[in-house]
Amino acid sequence: MRFRAKIVDLACLNHFSRGVWSGSPRNAALLPPGVINTIAKLAKACTLRLTVSKLYFILSDKVANGGVSMWCELCQGNFFDEFQMEGVAAEHNEIYLELVPENLSRALRTAQSAKAVKIKLTNKHCPCLRVAVELPSLSSSSRIVTHDIPVGVIPRRLWNDFREPSVPDFDVSIYLPALKTMKSVVERMKNLSSSIVIEANLSGEMNLKIETDLVSVTTHFKDLGNPPWDIVSNRIVHFILLHEDVSLQYFIPALA
Amino acid sequence: MKCIVTGGNIKVLGRAVHSLSRIGDELYLEPTESGRYEPGGRQPHRELFRCKVLMKSFLGVFRSLPSLEKTVGKCLLLLKPQASRLVVQLHCKYGVTKTHNLAFQECERLQAVFDTQRCASSLRAPARVLAEAVVHFPPTLAEVTLGAGPGGKISLRNYVEDEAEPSKTMVTELWLGEDEFQRVAVTPGSRITFCLKEFRGLLTFAEASNLPLTIHYDVPGRPVVFTLDDTVLEVHLVLATLSDPERSWQPPTANGVSHPPAPTDDFADDLESYMAAMETSGYEGGSGAPPSPTFPLRTPRPAESDPKEEEEDDDEEEGVVPGTPPHKKFRSLFFGSVLTPGGPGPAPTQEVLAEDSDGEY
Repeated sequence: MRFRAKIVDLACLNHFSRGVWSGSPRNAALLPPGVINTIAKLAKACTLRLTVSKLYFILSDKVANGGVSMWCELCQGNFFDEFQMEGVAAEHNEIYLELVPENLSRALRTAQSAKAVKIKLTNKHCPCLRVAVELPSLSSSSRIVTHDIPVGVIPRRLWNDFREPSVPDFDVSIYLPALKTMKSVVERMKNLSSSIVIEANLSGEMNLKIETDLVSVTTHFKDLGNPPWDIVSNRIVHFILLHEDVSLQYFIPALA
Repeated sequence: MKCIVTGGNIKVLGRAVHSLSRIGDELYLEPTESGRYEPGGRQPHRELFRCKVLMKSFLGVFRSLPSLEKTVGKCLLLLKPQASRLVVQLHCKYGVTKTHNLAFQECERLQAVFDTQRCASSLRAPARVLAEAVVHFPPTLAEVTLGAGPGGKISLRNYVEDEAEPSKTMVTELWLGEDEFQRVAVTPGSRITFCLKEFRGLLTFAEASNLPLTIHYDVPGRPVVFTLDDTVLEVHLVLATLSDPERSWQPPTANGVSHPPAPTDDFADDLESYMAAMETSGYEGGSGAPPSPTFPLRTPRPAESDPKEEEEDDDEEEGVVPGTPPHKKFRSLFFGSVLTPGGPGPAPTQEVLAEDSDGEY
């Protein structure tokens, strides 16, 4: 079981960790946040699945128990300049690791000016993902920072727990409004109530509503499109974020 | 005591106070007759007056560094013993004068005894290099281990507490090449662990003042002394170090493999050779990093033959630093002002700030 990968292109590194940089730094705030930083905010611990062509960040608390689950898929070719993976066995050419994404986020956070970043699976006194950042320096040799992130290797017999969630029968599917708008609406609602009501219909209308004893607030969205496939069910709210080379699915069980 | 600080020195005083505020809660002031801080040994002509004020109060006067720089032209420090007040008066632009009356307490002389001459190892680097190094560690990290590795490389690594599970804690390590330092005179394989928070406080001051930082250290358990030197200012930060070298460096290993060597400069095969070296490690476990092939053991001598500095050292007490039990913190930060030769000013620019606090573990 072996894994090594290398990022040399700073733009790819930023996309992977912090965010997409294009144009002036001021615009960076408007662009989608980096993958690792997002995952780190969504989950304290998650599973990293490595295949020959993709990386997956998976969180699978059983949704029936009221937990949230997440499935994020990336094409490695869009981020890494080098990527070598040898799985546990020839016919099971994958690696499943349990890790704390915040550690990975932290390791990459100060690598903005790096010449290269290498990630490697090692096993010193315990399995680790070693992130080695080569930084420029005024001296003849580069500065090297290594971060050893402890990981747990998930045995093959448990791999079934991490299958991609199937798409159940859904009632309504709708395109969400601009995320920035939704975010600011939901952030304000968060202060008033801990649960939110989402209503959507097949005419492109959606309501976000909170109801408490003292107050109820509803934000109405109109003219949102309805995509041809089904996304939202009456039991689980399933958010799908599709960016150029990343897809992130996030499931939140409904309370009622 | 009455002293006046003017111009650019006000900003330096403000930064010094900010730096000290990261170390402790009380600020000690000790004006001396000649305007110099005496570390000990020399008999004064008359009793030295020493007092302390609450750090929060003093810091409040110098809270906003940008506005200090822009609006304050002169700062007056005046002691009123009868009223037990330290008066700090800021003369600002547009005829505005701000007067702060801070309560002080007289106190006994507290003295940290240290001697950089007796430290076996020393390093000197621009503050910027060290500041860039510590940025890779999380802001909440308590302790860091500084080590002299093979090939003359110097490493910084986060210290993992004994109570933390080694298999669950992320370990970050940074290697600096010897040529990033202005001076390297270290015992090969030596390493010390000290608190990062206070060190960061000093680094902020040093970086802003663009001063090189010298680190003097000895065996684990003996204090580490950080010094900054300038024509008008002397800074010493003394921190305790952990006294258990083995545990502070190597994680417990089942098969006794010791810490691998520093990554080579050839980064292309860096991790391969790193891994290979680890797997075939020929080092004895537990005795620390292998000796560097090139570094003889040298005792450091004073960097400049500044007559004032030597004079101070001569007079220093031949005291023994009290034994530091493991886990006992002891920290001391001294800012001393040194009068520049050549003409007396209208009043000596003497601000002596020293703080000493006892261990709290």
